Amino acid sequence: MPEHDVLIIGAGLAGQRAALAAAQSGVSVAIMSKVHPVRSHSVAAAGGINAAISVSDDWRSHAYDTVKGSDYLGDQDAIEAMCREAPGEVMHLEHIGVTFHRNDAGELDLRAFGGASINRTAYVADITGQAILHVLYEQLMRNASTVARYEEWFVTSLLIDDGGSCTGVVARHIRSGAMETFAAKSVILASGGAGQCFKPTTNALICTADGLAQALRAGAPLMDMEMIQYHPTTLLENGLLITEGARGEGAHLLNKDGERFMSKAAPNKMELASRDVVSRAEQIEINEGRGVGPDGQGVYLDITVVPRKRTLEALREIVNIGRDFAGVDITREPIIIRPGQHYIMGGVKTDIQGQTPIAGLYAAGEVACVSVHGGNRLGANSLLDTLIFGRRAGEDAAERARSTPMPACSDAQLRNDERMIAEIMARPRKGRRISELKNELGTTMNRYCAVFREADGLQSAYGTVKRLQEEAQNAYIDDRGTVFNQDVLGAIELGYMLETAEAIVLSAIDRKESRGAQFRTDFPERNDAEWLKHINVALGEDGSPEISYSPVTITQWRPEERTY
Amino acid sequence: MAEFKLRLRRYDPESGEPPYWDKHTVELDPHRSVLDGILEAKDSQDGTIGIRCSCRQGICGSCGVRINGKPGLACNTHLDEALARGDGQEIVVEPMGNMPVIKDLIVDMDAVHWRKIQSVTPWLLPREPVPEREYLVAREAMVDVTQSMACIQCGACVSDCLAMEVDPLFTGPAALAKAYRFVGDPRDSEHYERLRYVAEDPHGMYTCTHCFKCVDACPKDVNPMGQIMRLRRIAGTDFEIEDRNNGFRHEHAFVKNIHRNGLLHEADLLPDSYGGKFDPRALPELLSSIPIVIKGVLRGKITPTKALLHPHKASKDVRAIFERIEGEPARYELNLYVTGTDDPPLQGAGDADSGAATEGAKR
Ligand SMILES: Cc1cc2nc3c(=O)[nH]c(=O)nc-3n(C[C@H](O)[C@H](O)[C@H](O)COP(=O)(O)OP(=O)(O)OC[C@H]3O[C@@H](n4cnc5c(N)ncnc54)[C@H](O)[C@@H]3O)c2cc1C
Ligand code: SF4
Ligand code: SF4
Ligand code: FES
Repeated sequence: MPEHDVLIIGAGLAGQRAALAAAQSGVSVAIMSKVHPVRSHSVAAAGGINAAISVSDDWRSHAYDTVKGSDYLGDQDAIEAMCREAPGEVMHLEHIGVTFHRNDAGELDLRAFGGASINRTAYVADITGQAILHVLYEQLMRNASTVARYEEWFVTSLLIDDGGSCTGVVARHIRSGAMETFAAKSVILASGGAGQCFKPTTNALICTADGLAQALRAGAPLMDMEMIQYHPTTLLENGLLITEGARGEGAHLLNKDGERFMSKAAPNKMELASRDVVSRAEQIEINEGRGVGPDGQGVYLDITVVPRKRTLEALREIVNIGRDFAGVDITREPIIIRPGQHYIMGGVKTDIQGQTPIAGLYAAGEVACVSVHGGNRLGANSLLDTLIFGRRAGEDAAERARSTPMPACSDAQLRNDERMIAEIMARPRKGRRISELKNELGTTMNRYCAVFREADGLQSAYGTVKRLQEEAQNAYIDDRGTVFNQDVLGAIELGYMLETAEAIVLSAIDRKESRGAQFRTDFPERNDAEWLKHINVALGEDGSPEISYSPVTITQWRPEERTY
Repeated sequence: MAEFKLRLRRYDPESGEPPYWDKHTVELDPHRSVLDGILEAKDSQDGTIGIRCSCRQGICGSCGVRINGKPGLACNTHLDEALARGDGQEIVVEPMGNMPVIKDLIVDMDAVHWRKIQSVTPWLLPREPVPEREYLVAREAMVDVTQSMACIQCGACVSDCLAMEVDPLFTGPAALAKAYRFVGDPRDSEHYERLRYVAEDPHGMYTCTHCFKCVDACPKDVNPMGQIMRLRRIAGTDFEIEDRNNGFRHEHAFVKNIHRNGLLHEADLLPDSYGGKFDPRALPELLSSIPIVIKGVLRGKITPTKALLHPHKASKDVRAIFERIEGEPARYELNLYVTGTDDPPLQGAGDADSGAATEGAKR
């Protein structure tokens, strides 16, 4: 049985940063990912990373913008820590090789981003996530002697001992089909988001809520799950993202009459208001018949107002996306976009060291909820979140490992998981296919749990999710092989998504107010008196999800009305 | 919606059977991607089809395959475009070349691609002292290395690299582009060592035969061959690294040859590569090429007059090109991120934003 002091699940930015931080303190580290690390979804992050590094900026201003962006649901101690440490983290990335773009003085250039009171987003063209992820992977290759890499290993369960501590994981080697138990003194979940619960989504096919459901099953609470970010600019055709960097560079949003409609919802910040605000404004244009495109289901994003040379240098990737996926040359004509599912603010509840309530289990990145994003994440704050809390979790997990003996793990869970997989493979080919269920889940969530929500729709989504959970018990797959059996992994992932979707819908039903990304047409106002609190979902004694509440940490910014 | 016939190369390592062809018909919009087509078949017809994929938007580098003979990403190749590339009947999808197949369209990238990447010390060796804030570097320098940084490690260039087919130990296009990413980075302290390594390696940068396959294959416009040429120029011109493989002198011989003759005069090329006809280093090479020379004479390709005299002289135009380039204060390098694309400006938009090569990355 492989043993490691610190075992990290997920090799996106959060996981890789955690691994490098843990390795720094001299413990034995392993990082495991179901895809090769550079294929992790962090690679798709385009626009940039926020840090108050300009001499005219201050981390408190960044923190305030983040608190306001969160619609006051973010925990201010965590936000302060993140914003204070941001400049140091960005400089660290610069020193290990990230090719941040410069201004004419040779310093890091900063671009404008939504919800920010000053230009504070460092970037590498519009491949910032890729540029950082690949550099961290360079560092993992450099530290190959201290960080073991398990690439293309799929974690199926977290191990919890009788005392309730996390002691390792069970995983399947995708290439050989072999199952293995891994023991670890500390486990860090960094397995990313849950975008595939929605269709369409900007998220990759691998963002299937694995870590969220695994943590839930292990007894950890999920927090802020109702807060689902719809990004204002996703391609009408297929949901792919057009980075906020485009609006940061000056692009306009127009309705069918050519009107810059953001002047109504955010007269000062216009296109650069918070994402929830912009997405709602767009949805109103669409709903009220001022949309464009085949069924009037989109609005225009006009990038032609940005100088062409600048677009080719700084937004090259979306030039490609426009060309390859919508047949539009964005430097010459507007492109049709709409709000689309993009990010989950909620996740496994942690403290500011990344510790979950389960001893030995940490979480960082999109899978976690510290909560720095609260009701709405600001653009370019997520990369920052993954790195700051990835590092913090890595350091704390290493610290814990130094004073903890290596746990003895049984292979009971391994046998369980092997049986579960054998059972899926043995199902007769009747009933529905896994892919059909996944499709139905995605379209349901996108219909009822999107920009605007109300009680009846959410109830109906809940009904569908429960039915799909039943049907998933008998849904069948084709592949019975062991080598790269992606079919069986898809079935396991569907299970994760259904459990996570249930937590999302339950939380959305519960929050009877409108805050951040949660807009209830039946409760259109923010209600601080009753709802300035986090919703937590955890499994009860009988294994069904139960709701509880936890307070929001407020240090210096009292809730105010939010205008842009 | 239209109907598309997919012909997939399948291989099941557990069956004991050799690879075979498998056909599926899917109905999709013509500008949906080949990946969408394959996933449609996988989702609704046959879940055993193996293909790596994740982002669906050409950024994660998972879905490198060969489509109607050309390597690239399944997710950013449109169905109609793929069809037009073949016989117009079927879309043929095969695993990438130059790498062992694990299952169906999934190849072993660790065994080839990643091993080569590791060989070029793929991490920054930062210049000392490390500043407290950022390194101050020229704006263009960072934009310039972004082109090689944009590599998503998909392996499409490796798949069809001709030099690698002949010499499997060749470092290859992606890894050499990665090498340039550090050589072009002013924050790196080991430019000379890096260059010497790829120059001296008998399977290093001089093994590339300029076949352009990697340039064609690359979905991210990394232009690996261009990065290799830049490595060579920097190694040769800026660092004067005369490598054991004689790559440096061979390149210079080419330039000299054209400068003098306007055309390639092959009889001079070889001796010039070794320092001229009378250089002692040229002797063994000249001797070893005697059989080729004899064959050439017999077939009438070489005549003694042509070989010894120079019947052709470079025209004024050719010399003017040389003068113009050599007269530039700095060397210009073409780089998409810096210069944009070279398509013509729109009427009325012909200002500084035209994207033409008005500006280059200077060294
Ligand atoms: C298109 C797009 C653009 C974005 N742009 C920006 C931006 O400009 N700025 C910004 O701040 N944020 C941006 N974001 C958000 C940001 O990219 C993500 O929130 C962030 O990268 C998440 O990182 P992560 O490390 O938490 O997870 P991920 O990068 O998603 O990594 C998850 C890892 O977990 C592994 N994993 C998952 N399940 C398992 C399992 N069962 N077993 C083993 N391994 C598993 C995966 O293989 C992967 O390695 C963007 C998001 C999208 C979708
Ligand atoms: S140009 Fe060189 S590196 Fe590129 S494919 Fe041809 S031989 Fe390989
Ligand atoms: S250079 Fe281009 S083709 Fe080669 S691996 Fe990188 S992105 Fe792929
Ligand atoms: S699926 Fe990511 S590059 Fe094709």
